[in-house]
Amino acid sequence: MSKEKRRTFLLIWILVLAALLAGIILTGPAGAKDEALNEAMRDAVLHEENRVSLLGLVEVNPAVISALTVNGVLLLAAACIRIFVIPRFQLIPGRVQMLLEELVGFFDGLARSNSPHRHKFLGVYLFAAGTYIFTGTLFELFGVQSVTTGGRIIALPAPLSDINGAICMGCLSYLVILSGGIAGNGLRGVGLTLKDFSLPISMSFRLFGALLSGLLVTELVYYSLALSFVLPVIVGVIFTLLHALIQTYVLIMLTALFYGEVSEPHRKKEKPARTQHN
Amino acid sequence: MNIPLNIDLQQILLHLFNFVILAGGLYLLLYRPVKDFMAKREAHYQEMAQQTEEALRHAEELEAARQQRLDSVDQELRERRVVATQEINRAADDRLAEAERQAQEIISDAREAARREHDKILDQAQKELVDLAFAAAEKVARGSADYDRFLDLAERGESDGNS
Repeated sequence: MSKEKRRTFLLIWILVLAALLAGIILTGPAGAKDEALNEAMRDAVLHEENRVSLLGLVEVNPAVISALTVNGVLLLAAACIRIFVIPRFQLIPGRVQMLLEELVGFFDGLARSNSPHRHKFLGVYLFAAGTYIFTGTLFELFGVQSVTTGGRIIALPAPLSDINGAICMGCLSYLVILSGGIAGNGLRGVGLTLKDFSLPISMSFRLFGALLSGLLVTELVYYSLALSFVLPVIVGVIFTLLHALIQTYVLIMLTALFYGEVSEPHRKKEKPARTQHN
Repeated sequence: MNIPLNIDLQQILLHLFNFVILAGGLYLLLYRPVKDFMAKREAHYQEMAQQTEEALRHAEELEAARQQRLDSVDQELRERRVVATQEINRAADDRLAEAERQAQEIISDAREAARREHDKILDQAQKELVDLAFAAAEKVARGSADYDRFLDLAERGESDGNS
């Protein structure tokens, strides 16, 4: 394509975009939604209004559906990898193999370095939790839609932006740490774990707060039509990617650190030998 | 029980149930097979490293044995060289002694031969002198009458004393 043609194409493209933008802004009054901003915000936090039916059995928060979807996708992907990729592993790895090995090696290495004496179960937990948090957080980017019991169409949020999901992960991590304490030190391990009794609350609410804040900011940005251009690319994609990485790292790192601390075998301090005075 | 913030135990359990399934599935389908493969590969490379180390050790042993053999060969060569030098010296001494002996023999033979030649020449010279004396005497006698008378007497078998 010559420079002249390229310039013409760009000009036309920009004009069309500008015309469309003008049309969008002029034809619809900004903020004309069937849900007020404070209601949307409140619902994003509490999920009191928009609930989804789980197979007609029970009404749940949309995040439960998100969690199930993420679970299904992850398990399907894992099964495909297990069937089609892993049997073709080579001694000298290709790109996909290297990625998988790096992923598993990262979590295993994290478990080994933080809890050298007891790390097998911790490695598995970190792998599962890390994958779940990261994928679950990225899930909100896809904007998978669902219908609420009230007939409203909503985009499914990240599973952990629901306080129930965050409490689940926080408490489960605490239980994993507790199990490490029991396995490593018995009753003393229980004592060591219970000493940090605020840990499940802090872990849960840290996760919930971090993901919810992202959700709220995104919600806020999308609520206003004028902010719905270009800005969501930064807010929606980059922020989501960043806090997916950060929250995954924070939770697994905290779990690994505390697990290593409470499961470390206790050594009795040797009493200093008495010096004999003549 | 109405817990604030819409916390619902049933949903927490649903999340937990979901996560446990996910963790189990991921462990069985992804984590364990990949770790198994990595462990297998590590074992493979460890075995290779061990084999290489063993081969290296074997090569070092061979090298040491070769060096030892070389040293022993050197030692043997030195010893043989010493023995050979001694033998050569001994042979040279023998040859020298033999040569000296032969030289002595040659000299004594030559002396003997020279002495014999000397004696022979001396005899011959004496004989020649006698012959010369006889010839001179004969010549002297042949010119005198006494010689004829001597010959007659000799033929008759008489001597001057008998006559």
